[in-house]
Amino acid sequence: MSENKMKDSTYRSPDERLAEKKSKYTPKSIFLNGVLFENPALRLVLGTCPLLAVTISAKSSLFMGLAVIFVLTASEAIISLLRNVIPNKVRIPAFITIIATFVTIVQMLISAYFPALNESLGIYIPLIVVNCILLARAETFASKQKVLPSILDGLSMGTGFTLALLLMGSIREILGCGTFFDMQLPLFGTVFEPMMFFMLPPGGFFVFGICICLVQFLMKKQEKHASGKSSTPCGAAGDSSDCLSCGGCSLCKGKEE
Amino acid sequence: MTKEFLIIIFSAILVDNFVLSKFMGICSFLGVSKNLKTAMGMSGAVVCVMLVASAITWPIQHLLLNPLKLGYLQTLVFILVIAALVQMIEMIMKKSMPPLHKALGIYLPLITTNCAVLGVTILNINSNYSFAESMVNALGAGIGFTLSLFLFSGVRSRIDKADVPEALKGLPITLISASLVAVSFLGFKGLVENLFGG
Repeated sequence: MSENKMKDSTYRSPDERLAEKKSKYTPKSIFLNGVLFENPALRLVLGTCPLLAVTISAKSSLFMGLAVIFVLTASEAIISLLRNVIPNKVRIPAFITIIATFVTIVQMLISAYFPALNESLGIYIPLIVVNCILLARAETFASKQKVLPSILDGLSMGTGFTLALLLMGSIREILGCGTFFDMQLPLFGTVFEPMMFFMLPPGGFFVFGICICLVQFLMKKQEKHASGKSSTPCGAAGDSSDCLSCGGCSLCKGKEE
Repeated sequence: MTKEFLIIIFSAILVDNFVLSKFMGICSFLGVSKNLKTAMGMSGAVVCVMLVASAITWPIQHLLLNPLKLGYLQTLVFILVIAALVQMIEMIMKKSMPPLHKALGIYLPLITTNCAVLGVTILNINSNYSFAESMVNALGAGIGFTLSLFLFSGVRSRIDKADVPEALKGLPITLISASLVAVSFLGFKGLVENLFGG
């Protein structure tokens, strides 16, 4: 029950922000939405499959992110161009075909120029086709907006996704391997024993859970600030580190609902 | 022969579980695992579609795309086949098996974008499985999906009653418990080698 409520508030708040701007997309709002407020991975929780699977190293995360940026931007541009041509009834198969075309292009490019990467990303490259982010943006944005905003939306959504991938990839690689982009970190010399757990599948779920938890927490705080309620619940006004330590005290709970 | 089939099916169900170690189908895994009934409905639909999709995509790849040297069209062709297939299964079910359609109907459209289905068909090709092995792999993947959904819906019904810290409520605690379920599946590593010696 409470999760439903939480989901509702997640989806509504960016809309409200846009509604304030008379539902007109400005380049800045599109960019901020993609990267921050509607971050596809951490806020809308789309595309979890590659997010968990390829983030075992920062490098593969980065390349996966770049592949998604390319596919997302290109397919949004084409879908936006064709938005008045595609009949409404067959729009989903049409979108999928367009997306699959660009995924095939990426697949061929990677297997031609980066064979090692092809090995490590493997099956997750063709699986970009069924990444919900692509279909979701095609359906909610590109099929309704002009070409330039769609391209910008693709770029910023892709960037948001890449940042989330990089964040998770870095955490998992640093903690699980003691390296960052394959470089040995001097930070942990002989003292630090890399925790295999983070490289294994359960580590992916765990890190993702923690990331979403932090984002939810910070967003809630930010919304509270934005709404301008005078009663900052956790004592010290505006100090987020203070609120982190209280870990959801009863005052924070009062805001739910 | 039977030994190879057993190896494939055991690794697909337990060792390389599609959801918990390959991360395929996470969206539906998190979405429908809230209660047992919807979880089982979704799994039933996924098993059906996986089997039929594997049965259709294998001949397409080996009898159509490979002889014509069109291997690079794999992704495009497979996803369209799956999308069409899901639509067709839904129509057939509606006509001839209304009770089943009533039970699984609402999950069918969601399956097109379930990466587990596309994943299993591509894996069949990438692993050079024969037709029979592909079917066994698809069955194993389906059972594995069902098993993890079944187990996880049980875990989630317990979480619903638990008092979770505010910041962890909702998705975070779900993911962290999924991580614990995945840890338990790590225990199956080496199972196949020990059972079948290789």
